[in-house]
Amino acid sequence: MRRFLSFRDFDWPLLLMVIVLCCLSVMEVHSATMHTRFASFESKQIIWMVAGMAGMFVLSKIDYHRLLDWAPWAYWIFLLSLVAVKLVGRRVMGARRWIALGPIQFQPSEWVKLVLVLAVARYFANLGGRDVSWKEIFKAFLMVGVPMLLVLAQPDLGTSLTYAPILVAGLFLGGISFRQASILIVCGTALAVGVWSSGKILKPYQKARLTSFINPNNDPRGSGYQIRQSLIAVGSGGVWGKGMEKGTQTHGYFLPIPYTDFIFAAFSEEHGFVGAVFVLLLYFGILMRLIQNAQTASDLPGSLIIMGFVAVLTFQIMVNVGMVIGFMPVTGIPLPLMSYGGSSVLFAFLGLGVAMNVRMRRFVN
Amino acid sequence: MYSSSTSNRGEKLPTFKLTVVQYGILLMMLALVGGLWRLQVLGANNFRQLAEQNRIRKVPILAARGKLFDRYGRLLVDNYPSTSCYLVREQGHDVEADLPMIAEGLHLDLDQLKTTMRHYRGMPGYRPIPIKADLTADEVAFVAAHKGELPELETIEVARRLYPRDGYAANMIGYVGEVSEQDLDNPRYAMDQPGDVVGKAGVEETYDELLRGTDGSRDVIVDSHGREVGFLGIQHAIPGRDLRLTIDNDIQRAAEVALGDREGAIVVMDPRNGDILAMTSHPTFDPNDFAVKINGAEWAKLVTDPKHPMMNRVIQAQLAPGSTFKILMSVAGLQEGIAQNMKVYCNGGATFYGHFYACDQHHGEVDIEHAIPWSCDTYFYTLANRLGIDTIAKYAHEVGLGQPTGIDLPGEARGTVPSTEWKLRNFHEKWFAGETISVGIGQGAVTVTPIQLARYIAGIASGGHFVRPHVVDPNQLPEGFRKALLESFPGSGDATIPPTEANWDTITDGMAMATMPGGFDTAAASHLEGVDFAGKTGTAQVASHAAIARMGKGVDTRPNGWFVGVIPRRDPHFVIAVLWQHGDWGSNAAHLAAQVATVWVNKQRMMDHNVLEAQAPKQVEMGAVWSQERPMVRDRGIHGKGNQETAGGSDFRGGHFLIDVPPVQVAEAVGSSLLPAWLEVSPIRFKEKAH
Repeated sequence: MRRFLSFRDFDWPLLLMVIVLCCLSVMEVHSATMHTRFASFESKQIIWMVAGMAGMFVLSKIDYHRLLDWAPWAYWIFLLSLVAVKLVGRRVMGARRWIALGPIQFQPSEWVKLVLVLAVARYFANLGGRDVSWKEIFKAFLMVGVPMLLVLAQPDLGTSLTYAPILVAGLFLGGISFRQASILIVCGTALAVGVWSSGKILKPYQKARLTSFINPNNDPRGSGYQIRQSLIAVGSGGVWGKGMEKGTQTHGYFLPIPYTDFIFAAFSEEHGFVGAVFVLLLYFGILMRLIQNAQTASDLPGSLIIMGFVAVLTFQIMVNVGMVIGFMPVTGIPLPLMSYGGSSVLFAFLGLGVAMNVRMRRFVN
Repeated sequence: MYSSSTSNRGEKLPTFKLTVVQYGILLMMLALVGGLWRLQVLGANNFRQLAEQNRIRKVPILAARGKLFDRYGRLLVDNYPSTSCYLVREQGHDVEADLPMIAEGLHLDLDQLKTTMRHYRGMPGYRPIPIKADLTADEVAFVAAHKGELPELETIEVARRLYPRDGYAANMIGYVGEVSEQDLDNPRYAMDQPGDVVGKAGVEETYDELLRGTDGSRDVIVDSHGREVGFLGIQHAIPGRDLRLTIDNDIQRAAEVALGDREGAIVVMDPRNGDILAMTSHPTFDPNDFAVKINGAEWAKLVTDPKHPMMNRVIQAQLAPGSTFKILMSVAGLQEGIAQNMKVYCNGGATFYGHFYACDQHHGEVDIEHAIPWSCDTYFYTLANRLGIDTIAKYAHEVGLGQPTGIDLPGEARGTVPSTEWKLRNFHEKWFAGETISVGIGQGAVTVTPIQLARYIAGIASGGHFVRPHVVDPNQLPEGFRKALLESFPGSGDATIPPTEANWDTITDGMAMATMPGGFDTAAASHLEGVDFAGKTGTAQVASHAAIARMGKGVDTRPNGWFVGVIPRRDPHFVIAVLWQHGDWGSNAAHLAAQVATVWVNKQRMMDHNVLEAQAPKQVEMGAVWSQERPMVRDRGIHGKGNQETAGGSDFRGGHFLIDVPPVQVAEAVGSSLLPAWLEVSPIRFKEKAH
């Protein structure tokens, strides 16, 4: 029933772009952590990337239809693990995000992303791409909303926000009508205003972070500090940058966490406008390549999986880079494939693995 | 909820929607590129500047204050190295949370530290907050060890003031302290910032501008934790100017010893040029307590002490001059042509305007020649009555009473010279002739300060040549500063109002006779064999007999003893004024004056008659002057960098040290162009401060 699967069908150009990005990431993590107690994090990053790549190859071998069949189970398991984190998770810097399974600690919220991509793809694929009813929309909201609220309660605003684009992509591609979308936008706006003014769901520091980007100079010592320092880092990089390992903002510790959330600022400072645009071009290439893969996928679930992944990637890139250049609030969302961090790297590669999986099976049937 | 996913294979996503997504992503990417363009291409210069400011921190280098030397170049006030702790706020670091830890580590009161922080809230963030001065070794170690957790702490090496101990010349030298909030409103401190150390009294205040120097800074690259990661450049501090006082350490020491723990003041001056050779006021304070921030309780104790230790009595004590005023009376009487021919019969007093004014003895018939040495009250009551208050006031003003002398020390008092106009202005009452009588013997409303007394008696003895006193040799001062100084310390200054030759002789002979034993005996306590020491005692009631009875026992109502003396009687080289508050008799004060005069005379004899010995380097033991507990007297090896090289090759060990005073010829031979201009003409060799 299926043709011989070959790695010749693997998306090598996509992988090449990803590897170039990974190299830039390793380089910048090295630069940003040298002379700090985080020095040599780049080797850890390399290990995560190699592991991620291995995971990607493994995942690409498993037929994504089987993955889709597993998705409901995985969904419930991770929902439980999120509850477990809330109850017994390890508290790091005021938030419970980590759970310890023996010697391994992991952050389920990143994995939930992958599971949600699969679950939402499966859900909308089952609806067959025709017009959806309000009840079906409500179910989709529930599916994404519950884990979102659980993660928000950790509290981890950034990660919880990354779940939203999965739902949006699913609804948009899964057949929501223009009228329904309009109603949802109006309701959503009203809800957002309600949440904002209720003062209970969002913590004050989260609110402050969400607003300080509008005028960081209002509070250059507090929540505006990070944005201000980030803008100085990016702006002072100029066209050609200050050169590798020469960023004063990065090496002077003015830039907050320059190896994770603000790695793009560190990179822009050291490599300038040219380097920053090169990175954006790579992302653009990767996203376009993924969308092309979604187009050529053999069936609707495959397309929806890839597009869910594209939605998450796009959202994270836009919000992270937007944050760094002062367009967006500070939300703690890492830049995929660039920011240091095991969970984030693994998610990106596993997501890619699923996308490769879909692509390799595009000629099936 | 989830059915099999195989049912709808073959369904495809509409290409249209995917295209929309692609264009959407393209648009967003373009927006990001636009944002980058705005920051990195258009705003690059602006942000580059901000980045520069971010990483450069100016660490102040505080200039060492100029040292003070006596007239022969012997060190009076030195500096010692000390460490101050500053708090730097511009870190994006929650300083408030660290305060308890800082307070504990630096042994500070947490509430006080918080108050300090509040005071500086309005200051710009880049300005470091001084939180503790004179750190101990373990506090320095604390800051160094917690550089990681408390990056906001910064230690700065500063040179702190080291004053002679036991309040030696303290009221004259003054003290330094941090500019207070109130001071900042004062235009004098307009250029200062809170935490700056400024001179607050005495020479330290007057000559602050010269002494303080100019602070420099080290420009260092710091990270956002305040850690130094690089060095950009240094702007060296310009140390303050060393000043040579006119004080002669030997005379000053004699004055300090003579006064001892008595309440009073001694001032010694060279009447030819106004050089103050010694100035002491007791009780006094230890300015070393102020070199580091004094605590509130100690300060309150000092300012509320009924004996006023902070008061420099030489220029601030305004007291009735008693019989020392009779010299002025004599001048007025003789110059007006009244006293020459006036003879008064003293029967233990006389009655004026229905009131009996007592004299302490029955002097019989008295003329001016005898009235001065006898200090006959009856004679001067009569003279005052004949002169009238306004004539007395005219002469008093001429010799500089009732106005500051213009000495180069802050806070000089004016004293009081009563007159009809003065009474009308201050009390809106007319002057009663009866009030003139007691003014004639330096009682009543008339008050003087010891410095006024010394200047006026010396001026009369010098044939009417009155000088402006000063404690800092004006020859070493920059021209502009000297002018400004004269303007900011207005006073009677230098003046020449000569009496006639005959009158001059009469008065100076009268003063000389007063110190002769056997004859008149009023100031015989000050007699020095073979020395032409002319003087006048004064015993001034602190209150009327009726008031004394009212006040009872709690208050010290013994009269103040005064003595003013000059050597020699005409054109003197030496004048001394002694005030012994509640010293009972002027002759007691005369006794103190004699002790100081002896030291001066012996020194003069040695200088005059044994020139070679005077010029040989001799060592002056300074042990009594210097504190032994001060930390700076540690082995130089530990802190032996930079500016604790002391003048004259002194040896800093154990609190006692010896100074070589090189001979004049040697000093001229080694006059080096490296020395400040005023030092080159100095007969004393200084070693330049190493910075």
